[in-house]
Amino acid sequence: MSDKWQPTIVGFFCNWCTYTAADLAGVSRMKYPATVRVIRLMCSGRVDPQFILKAFAGGADGVLIGGCHPGDCHYLEGNYKALRRFEMMKKLIAGFGIDEKRLRLEWISAAEGEKVKRVIEEMTQQVQELGPLDVPKIFAGWDEELDKLEEEIKKEAEEPSHV
Amino acid sequence: MESNGEIRIGFYVCHCGSNIGRVVDVPRVADTMSKMPGVVVSRDYKYMCSEPGQALVEQDIKDHRLNRVVVASCSPLLHEKTFRTAVGRAGLNPFYFQMVNIREHVSWVHEDSMEATEKAIALSRAAIHRVVYHRPLETRRVDIKSSVLIVGGGIAGIHSALKLADAGVKVYLVEREMTIGGHMAKFDKTFPTMDCAACILTPKMAQVREHPNITLWTNSEVTGLDGHVGSFKATVVRHPRYVKEDLCVGCLDCIEGCVVRTSDGRSSMISVDAFRKSRSDSNGATPKVAVTKLPNEFDEGLSTRKPVYIPFPQAVPQIVAVDPNSCLQIKTGKCKQTCVERCERDAFDFTQTDTTEEIEVGAIIVATGFKTFDPHRIPEYHYNDYEEVYTALEVERMVNASGPTGGHIEMNNGQRPKSVGIVHCVGSRDFHYNRWCSRVCCMYSLKLAHLIREHTGAEIYNCYIDMRCPGKGYEEFYDRLLAEGVHFIRGRVAEILDWPMSKAEEGKLVLRVEDTLAGFVRRVPVDMVVLSTGLEPRADSEDVRRLFGISCSTGGFFLEKHPKLAPVETTSDGVYLAGCCQGPKDIPDTVAQAGAAAAEALALISRGYIEMEPNTASIDEEECSGCKSCIGLCPYNAIHFDEEKNVAVIDETLCKGCGTCVAACPSGSIKQNLFEDDQIFAEIEEVLAHV
Repeated sequence: MSDKWQPTIVGFFCNWCTYTAADLAGVSRMKYPATVRVIRLMCSGRVDPQFILKAFAGGADGVLIGGCHPGDCHYLEGNYKALRRFEMMKKLIAGFGIDEKRLRLEWISAAEGEKVKRVIEEMTQQVQELGPLDVPKIFAGWDEELDKLEEEIKKEAEEPSHV
Repeated sequence: MESNGEIRIGFYVCHCGSNIGRVVDVPRVADTMSKMPGVVVSRDYKYMCSEPGQALVEQDIKDHRLNRVVVASCSPLLHEKTFRTAVGRAGLNPFYFQMVNIREHVSWVHEDSMEATEKAIALSRAAIHRVVYHRPLETRRVDIKSSVLIVGGGIAGIHSALKLADAGVKVYLVEREMTIGGHMAKFDKTFPTMDCAACILTPKMAQVREHPNITLWTNSEVTGLDGHVGSFKATVVRHPRYVKEDLCVGCLDCIEGCVVRTSDGRSSMISVDAFRKSRSDSNGATPKVAVTKLPNEFDEGLSTRKPVYIPFPQAVPQIVAVDPNSCLQIKTGKCKQTCVERCERDAFDFTQTDTTEEIEVGAIIVATGFKTFDPHRIPEYHYNDYEEVYTALEVERMVNASGPTGGHIEMNNGQRPKSVGIVHCVGSRDFHYNRWCSRVCCMYSLKLAHLIREHTGAEIYNCYIDMRCPGKGYEEFYDRLLAEGVHFIRGRVAEILDWPMSKAEEGKLVLRVEDTLAGFVRRVPVDMVVLSTGLEPRADSEDVRRLFGISCSTGGFFLEKHPKLAPVETTSDGVYLAGCCQGPKDIPDTVAQAGAAAAEALALISRGYIEMEPNTASIDEEECSGCKSCIGLCPYNAIHFDEEKNVAVIDETLCKGCGTCVAACPSGSIKQNLFEDDQIFAEIEEVLAHV
């Protein structure tokens, strides 16, 4: 295992292009870091914005969406819908303070096993440079702050200030 | 969830021999999963997909009353169906099953055992959590239309069409050119048996025309495709021939009558040089040659034809066609129309326009063929500059008895060459052009070497990189050529020159080539050079690929579903490949593949129905807020709005199951079978669980 910190990236791959390409990378015995955990969907159009938020909230350091090249979608235009949502989500997560480099959309056709390897290597390095996101830890920090506040309020209630 | 609420999961992890086991600590995965809530049985096994592996699952379902099964092994694209069937055999609904890909996505791509095992554990946990949310589903049955569309009328399309038609299937054969026959119709002989190409091909072409089950549309193109496996709707545009097909009998009187004068294509060649210049001047557009020098495409431009013409004497259908780019009547409206006068059957119709046919078919065979490499791209070979540099296909036409020279190998001055150089691998096996081996060039070079020697007695010099003769009787044919005294020089020709360095080279072309066996650079003076051009995807293969939803391999040839186990299928169900559109191949291989494509299509059609994945979407009326967001998103117009109830409704028969609407529904009222929100949320949570 390399000593360098390894990010965890959730991958949403469409069944017809990118998932098949990832299979091809496997069949071709290409080697890439074990950072991306793939969830298979029928189409990149199925990637609900909630999935992306859920992944970050659950501790993902990055989210990678893989779909068919524009014009090649198995469902005609699902990937265009994915692209629209992706653009929106980039802005949204930036608003949450999550660097938009942590969210990536790639068009990878079934024949591009090599591209799967390259994209995963690139994204792993990019997220490594950004460092851990660890939203659960941020949440825990917030909880702690809230607890403290609550206590302070309680204290103030018990010892009313001089009126 | 089950009504009794108790979840009993069986988890199985496969070693796949050592494919998974060598990298992933399989027993550790099984052990970790055994501690997961709901897991009743957790086992590792050498080959889960084997019969005993499947039997293990079946037995456990019965013995341990399992109601969920997870198998961690290879890609679901390979064996999901296998395990679903096994689960079904044990009496459980097949969709209470989830597969984890720890071979293609883990053991084959990661080297570190620790990391790989952790990833395998995370993915397995995700599946175990997901499968809890699975519900029993049923596959949908869809009827299959018992007709097939074949695109491309070369030997591949012809063979597939005849096989299917003989089996009683209705076949639509669509060809872009005026005749079927493709490249094979242009050949003189076929290697290595030296069969006359026309003698074996033209009877099959005639059978196509006569077969009651085949509808042949030449000069036509498929422009649109809709629907899915079992029920494709194709749009075919039939371009005008300006001749009524049902009236023309192919007497060819009109051709004689046409007032446009040409040099007689049959007995004398036009200046090849002049034609090539016109071709290169026009930048690939229709050559702007004088009407008297209309190049005959079928003869690779080595002869001329009239505006009203038939591509070659055995063309199918035997119907003349009018070339609108050169016909005086169509271009200017000022012609005496002597062709019309000559036609006793009144078959001409200059008012014809494109017509469109809509057909419904159950399966499609794509057999669109190849194009040959354009040697203009290699300037060192001076294809454009030197008159006596020919492509192999041009020589093939020359040596053909019905070709432009009546079967004689002649130079531009009408003389027979005394020496001929054949340059192998033109555009093939070359990082500058195409990396791939075009597979047929070695053999057709040998064939031409034999034919040229037979016709002219010339000395032949074959310059090759490797001789690749791996077919039945091919190596023996090479031996025969060696015995016939054909010279072989191992080395790629660097350039072709026309400046002499010795008396022997005067007035000749010189091949400069490093003889890699002898270890020095040779200069080979010859009268004529044949460029053995490689095979390439057709220029519009990208459009064809998109139309039929086929993937491409790196070179641009169409990609088969699996290189070993599904060599004629594509990732689009019901679309099959035959011939050189899938990759370079010779005639025997093409015919074999065309037969296989026909068999695959027949196997599909004969069953009468197909089972579709139940991954369709549906709307919960109670939850739907009637916002209509989903309606515009559906690419298949499967969603409509029920005004009365104020809810959206999905037509399950139209839904293809992409899930785009599900992802967009703001009220969460749309659900996609197999990909429900709960299931995916569970997966997301658990793939991250170890962090």
